[in-house]
Amino acid sequence: MRHIISMLLENEAGALARVAGLFSARGYNIESLTVAPTEDPSLSRLTLVTSGNDEIIEQITKQLNKLIDVVKLVDLTEGSHIEREMMLVKLRAADATARAELKRLVDIFRGRIIDVTDRTYTVEMTGTGDKLDAFIEAVGRRAILEVVRTGVSGIARGEKALRL
Amino acid sequence: MELTGAEIVVRCLRDEGVEYVFGYPGGAVLHIYDALFQQEQVKHILVRHEQGATHAADGYARATGRPGVVLVTSGPGATNAVTGIATAYMDSIPLVVLTGQVPTALIGNDAFQEVDNVGITRPCVKHNFLVKDVRDLALTLKKAFYIATTGRPGPVLVDLPKDVTAAKAPYVYPERVRIRSYNPVTRGHPGQIRRAVDLILRARRPVFYTGGGVILSDAAEVLTELVQRLDYPITSTLMGLGGYPATDRRFLGMLGMHGTYEANMAMHHCDVLIAIGARFDDRVTGNVEKFCPHAKIIHVDIDPASISKNVKVDIPIVGDVGRVLRDMLRVLDATDRSPDREALAAWWRQIEEWRAMDCLKYDREAPVIKPQYVLEQLYEVTRGEAFLTSDVGQHQMWAAQFYKFDKPRRWINSGGLGTMGFGLPAAMGVQLAHPDALVCCITGEGSIQMCIQELSTCKQYGLPIKIINLNNRYLGMVRQWQEFFYQGRYAMSYMDALPDFVALARAYGHVGIRVDRPGDVEGALREALGRKDELVFIDFQTDPTENVYPMIPAGAGQNEMILV
Repeated sequence: MRHIISMLLENEAGALARVAGLFSARGYNIESLTVAPTEDPSLSRLTLVTSGNDEIIEQITKQLNKLIDVVKLVDLTEGSHIEREMMLVKLRAADATARAELKRLVDIFRGRIIDVTDRTYTVEMTGTGDKLDAFIEAVGRRAILEVVRTGVSGIARGEKALRL
Repeated sequence: MELTGAEIVVRCLRDEGVEYVFGYPGGAVLHIYDALFQQEQVKHILVRHEQGATHAADGYARATGRPGVVLVTSGPGATNAVTGIATAYMDSIPLVVLTGQVPTALIGNDAFQEVDNVGITRPCVKHNFLVKDVRDLALTLKKAFYIATTGRPGPVLVDLPKDVTAAKAPYVYPERVRIRSYNPVTRGHPGQIRRAVDLILRARRPVFYTGGGVILSDAAEVLTELVQRLDYPITSTLMGLGGYPATDRRFLGMLGMHGTYEANMAMHHCDVLIAIGARFDDRVTGNVEKFCPHAKIIHVDIDPASISKNVKVDIPIVGDVGRVLRDMLRVLDATDRSPDREALAAWWRQIEEWRAMDCLKYDREAPVIKPQYVLEQLYEVTRGEAFLTSDVGQHQMWAAQFYKFDKPRRWINSGGLGTMGFGLPAAMGVQLAHPDALVCCITGEGSIQMCIQELSTCKQYGLPIKIINLNNRYLGMVRQWQEFFYQGRYAMSYMDALPDFVALARAYGHVGIRVDRPGDVEGALREALGRKDELVFIDFQTDPTENVYPMIPAGAGQNEMILV
């Protein structure tokens, strides 16, 4: 099963390498990983998507918790949560029909065109991984020049918060 | 007053109560060596290879419970130390390893003797640090000792760029340290402990399965009290030997791949398994699908990640083994319930039947020296009082089977990583920790050659270790597997062109004795033990065809042993 594991990490050199190294050393997979500083400059927030059965996920969270640089950790998929991913996608938009069609699709998916040339549109879109996949599917592989995805980040619903 | 980084390192070691540093100098650590030279409290042991330094510090730590300290230079100094660091990591041994590094301005430049120490060791340390500012140095060293010795212990590496050891800062050694992300649980959950005791008391066919955690937690005494009060059978992993007196009738011997018949059969048939400070290693469980098929399992361990990693357990208890066992005793004190004596008597009758198989028997009439006989004689001659270090292979298993350890921290071997070359340098650390004790290194002609250069260190520091070399001219454990599983194709397991070990020992300034006949074994051991101030290398020419029995082949269940 797919899990979104989110953690607060000491904002120190090598902390990310410890997390990534743990996954490769123990043979777990990472589907996506995103990391950035938080409002507290001593902490980073790292969110990763992985998959495995219950035993594997239990081991992953235990092993992550053992890392000295991991301050606090939550498996967001254990509770109700919101997940978002941002995508920038550059599309081939050379003729009027294509441009109109792409514009309509972008609107349907609630994306935004943020850069335009004679031959291209660059689109910004946010949503769950599934929604971004669906958009890529809808525009078709031939229209796509470049895809940049941030990887999934997420937050628990309600008053629950991952903080110290 | 301001001190240089190098002086701060040495002062920290002193304030931490460090007795010995095992190391080898080189360019990047010259400032530190200069600071060491100018004081007398912290003594330095000069090894002949950095692997020896880590194993010696490791042996010291295992024999004392105090952290071992290593000091090596950058680049090859650090990479040579890696095997020893990984060895300590796998067996949860507290080490603080100080490595030299090129000056901060050169890091990443492929400078002379530069290697990414923190990167190379990341997967085999509990934690590591690169100190970039001399003002962080003392606190970082304090953290290193704290992390290495608390929770599940392990090696911690501190990488020290040369300019940091030259720069100056005021010296304050923090008395305490708090790390917000590191708070090991030591006290077991009271509810879980009550549930565990309830299950223990309901057991009809119980067995204790104990590991290195008992030794690390200094819990031998409380474990012994608990087991004897219940009168339950107990078996131990390779790492746990000495955690319970081996001469007590309740002890079934070691379990696992080369464990005793009675221990493995008791595991297979038990209805309640009480796992204490053990980690269900594959050499213990055999095929996990067939592991303890009838048992409810209680698992006490300080590392939550060890619990339900390989085998799903019913009652997990995270905490310090000694503390949890004491809490269990308290719960037992407070109840008037007792174990089902009738069921227990029947269980003991069954176990005695298994024990009567005498699974460790061997040919005592053979005209050649049987390795088992050497270990038995060593046990007799030393009256079980020696510290034994071991290398890795058949000799290690025979030592574990035939030397009965009644006390903890007497059996010192590389269990998890299985590092050949561990025995001799580890013995140096043990001998330094216990200068008046008898320290024997059980080894083979393969393993001893992996760190043989340390004979020179032993001479320099007058370490009177007794080396018991079980020389069968084969890499015995490899040969055994080739005999069993490769139809006797002995690929590269015969060692030709062996040195004359007696002459080699003499060349290093020690005493060498060669023993060819069974009748001379006891006399040679007595002679060696009589030479109290000398290192004696006894080269026993043993039966090259002898195998370690019993054996559970890889992938088999615990009840599927190959017996003699």
